[in-house]
Amino acid sequence: MSKFKKKKKGMPAVNTASLPDIVFMLLFFFMVTTTMRETDLVIDTPRLPSATEVKKLEHKSLVSTIYVGKPKDVKYGTSFNRIQLNDKIATPEDIPAFIYNERSKRAEEEVPYMTTSIKADRESNVGVITDIRLKLRDVNALKISYSAAKSSDY
Amino acid sequence: MARRENPEINAGSMADIAFLLLIFFLVTTTMNVDSGVSKKLSEKPPPNYEPPIIKERNIFEVNINRKNELLVEKERMELKDLKAAAVKFIDNGGGIGKPGEDGTPGTACDYCQGERLETSSDHPNKAVISVQSDRGTEYGTYIAVQNELLKAYRELRDRLCRERYNMSFTELEEAYKDDKNNEDLKKKVEDIKISYPQIISDAEPTSAE
Repeated sequence: MSKFKKKKKGMPAVNTASLPDIVFMLLFFFMVTTTMRETDLVIDTPRLPSATEVKKLEHKSLVSTIYVGKPKDVKYGTSFNRIQLNDKIATPEDIPAFIYNERSKRAEEEVPYMTTSIKADRESNVGVITDIRLKLRDVNALKISYSAAKSSDY
Repeated sequence: MARRENPEINAGSMADIAFLLLIFFLVTTTMNVDSGVSKKLSEKPPPNYEPPIIKERNIFEVNINRKNELLVEKERMELKDLKAAAVKFIDNGGGIGKPGEDGTPGTACDYCQGERLETSSDHPNKAVISVQSDRGTEYGTYIAVQNELLKAYRELRDRLCRERYNMSFTELEEAYKDDKNNEDLKKKVEDIKISYPQIISDAEPTSAE
């Protein structure tokens, strides 16, 4: 019966054939959840002010963002008060057009829920924020959010 | 020469490639949640709109100058003292509140614990906080001031909510957010919000230029 006598093996190796599958699964998860930033910042990334009474912005698709800060390119000056809409440096006069453009991308019934998020550097001046606010009020975009980092000072 | 079988492609390094991609996406993914101080702007007034006359005692004036210094009710103040001053003002309850929309006369604030001074606000729903800043004020300071004022409201709402419903307003809001259809919770949230409405207005900024 030596025919059936098998050679004694050592520990069998763990089967790693499904490892790529697991890794792929994770990979797809991250690929799907990653959102590439759709606008390139032409201003330095604003150093957001911090606050404790912040609320999360829900419905990201309904948020349009206005950046305020110091432009990277010195030809626009070195103050912290330049406004960026989409990919360009803009003036407050361009804001109504920007808002109308953002609205046209959404369904009409969603328009009242649209929020404008102002991402301004903490060294920006209130003057420019006021200009933005007045322009937003002119076009009835009344929900705004001053972007701020959540801090806990308790 | 013996004919060989088609050799299988070695897939052993597949995992490595996938790992490489995985690590790339792990590093580039930012799961940042946008958060901010939310604010509702008032609607644009019609051209011949006359602002309602508000009694001096019902306005809490906060001025921020271009050097980021605070002037509260015509006195200099540090940022850290602003919350206490705002709480004192809102919670004063020295008179009767706004008449209801259905014409019911206003009532005195029976939940306020303030000093009921003649010189401070009548009722939380009449108390207006007016923030005036200079065009040159730094945005960071402006947000810090707004934050302190919101904190004052939060403190008052929390206190009232504890008295009435035995939980903080934050917890109540969380509970309502998890269960949007709960009429009972909705009523409670509305009740607290109406008792201490947030009335913070931004005055036209001054400019030194």
